[in-house]
Amino acid sequence: MGKTLAEKVWDEHVVRRAEGEPDLLYIDLHLIHEVTSPQAFDGLRLAGRRVRRPDLTLATEDHNVPTLDLDKPIADPVSRTQVETLRKNAAEFGVRLHPLGDVEQGIVHVVGPQLGLTQPGMTIVCGDSHTSTHGAFGALAFGIGTSEVEHVLATQTLPQARPRTMAVTVNGSLPEGVTAKDLILTLISRTGTGGGQGYVVEYRGQAIRELSMEGRMTVCNMSIEWGAKAGMIAPDSTTFDYIEGKPEAPKGADWDAAVAHWQTLVTDGDATFDKEIVIDAAEVTPFVTWGTNPGQGVPLGSTVPSPDDFAEESDRVAAAKALEYMALTPGTPMRDIAVDTVFVGSCTNGRIEDLRLAAEVVKGRKVAEGTRLLVVPGSVRVRLQAEEEGLDKVFLEAGAEWRGAGCSMCLGMNPDQLAPGERSASTSNRNFEGRQGKGGRTHLVSVPVAAATAVAGHLASPADLD
Amino acid sequence: MEAIKTHTGTALPLRRSNVDTDQIIPAVYLKRVTRTGFEDGLFSAWRNDPDFVLNKPEHAGVSILVAGPDFGTGSSREHAVWALMDYGFRVVISSRFADIFRGNAGKAGLLAAEVDPSVVEVLWAKVEADPTTPVTVDLESREVRAGDVVAPFRIDDYTRYRLLNGLDDIGITLTHDDAITAYESSRFPWKPVTL
Repeated sequence: MGKTLAEKVWDEHVVRRAEGEPDLLYIDLHLIHEVTSPQAFDGLRLAGRRVRRPDLTLATEDHNVPTLDLDKPIADPVSRTQVETLRKNAAEFGVRLHPLGDVEQGIVHVVGPQLGLTQPGMTIVCGDSHTSTHGAFGALAFGIGTSEVEHVLATQTLPQARPRTMAVTVNGSLPEGVTAKDLILTLISRTGTGGGQGYVVEYRGQAIRELSMEGRMTVCNMSIEWGAKAGMIAPDSTTFDYIEGKPEAPKGADWDAAVAHWQTLVTDGDATFDKEIVIDAAEVTPFVTWGTNPGQGVPLGSTVPSPDDFAEESDRVAAAKALEYMALTPGTPMRDIAVDTVFVGSCTNGRIEDLRLAAEVVKGRKVAEGTRLLVVPGSVRVRLQAEEEGLDKVFLEAGAEWRGAGCSMCLGMNPDQLAPGERSASTSNRNFEGRQGKGGRTHLVSVPVAAATAVAGHLASPADLD
Repeated sequence: MEAIKTHTGTALPLRRSNVDTDQIIPAVYLKRVTRTGFEDGLFSAWRNDPDFVLNKPEHAGVSILVAGPDFGTGSSREHAVWALMDYGFRVVISSRFADIFRGNAGKAGLLAAEVDPSVVEVLWAKVEADPTTPVTVDLESREVRAGDVVAPFRIDDYTRYRLLNGLDDIGITLTHDDAITAYESSRFPWKPVTL
């Protein structure tokens, strides 16, 4: 019987298989950052162990770093200590690090792909749940805990139980103005935050094939938000074109050999998945969240739901609690919700294509009074590329803030935070209570909706601005 | 990780059930960057009370914790095990452990010995009557002994094997070093490297 893409990549990385034990998987690339690595390195030191393959390891600083005043020391002592500890550990163990100020610094999941280190068929791990982003290249990529980070540093392997497989097939084409973000938010609203639990998901079908690499990364990035272990998309010419010429991509004869292998990384016609979901792309519209988990979303043209709309008692309780936290009244049109802050950035939507989309919407317009727009490139390279294209000027002329690279307002770990009670439209991935700052209220949105919202001052799509 | 075959020491009678990991070590201690030094966080809220059992001079130097049922519930933080070990505990005896805590303990080298509730009661009474009572936890024979008390404890075979041999997860994987090296020699030469 044939194999799925996930099974092919898995089987290519089994170092050891024994009855009744998890498979021992080889890890091709280990990405690390300042928050989940300190104790792993300290564990190595205590046990007198070394990093087995520093040449398959890459570190960058992203979660804690400020995006303003980059020439000043990090103000928060805990953040500063974590960043300084990463620098010390990288030097001691011989790991390549792109620190704040380096031209390759940025969010770990933006840096890997743009360096060409993320390639089809690889196993990639990182102490961060959004590692699933790299699955857009047909890699098997997933987040791990600190003990596992230590395990990979010491052995370049990880014991893993074989997951189940699921196919999400998106037939047809996404309508004009509808993005990968709308697609994944729509999917999560249907499956709930636990629908993917225990599965490696393969996204396939015409709408997925038609997505750019940036769009595919957005979809795979949010796999974890519906509980999937990883999300994958089979590599094709879009993938190969994106990788070719990147600094760490194979060159010459190596390139040909690599592409020949990558072309085999597709699910066989006679392979079966443990579960399948089918979506009609034509039904997907701009989608926004109203609640406090990524599954609590509705179309932008819809209204805030009532707890009574839900069949399950647990969903009714969760909805009531979320509405109270979000200070929303059932029946309110989503477009009537005014926001204080708009955040464009993160590992979900902080790549160059995202910034181009945002610039297209705000060009020649002004950010609404009483609203602020933060535009935070996912990496220094993205920032430089945007500046080369003049996007920074578009944002600044519109009254937006143009910032340095990092995780920024996606999570409340650095100075970029919402104040209590503040409301945001955010292109990031999580709308949990307090995620963007204590008491902050988050609506997850696509990039075009974020940009249009900044101009309108309330949730809006670009079409509303005309 | 240090192997443990049999351990003898004095015991702390912790007359509480449902000791969750937030009580074992509060979240504020999780911001640290080290793997050791968490002893000051252990039961830190309870230790503010001078009458808390761990503050009593007669219990100085304890290495075995005897607690009520459902020890280690709540957050999955590995720091709970680290804090207990950093303080000097090698063994926790309880009639029931939370699954994640039990797993974390085995991985870090802390022996979680599950006994019948009556055994906990007997040990509490004995240690409270005489805090210097030596308690022996014998992993080879799966037995707790304290004076005239001899009682069996439960631990799964795999965790027992690992503790007896001092094998942590990494140690076990490194016993397959030959397989890892063989795999490495078969990888595609064009796979990317960072250095």
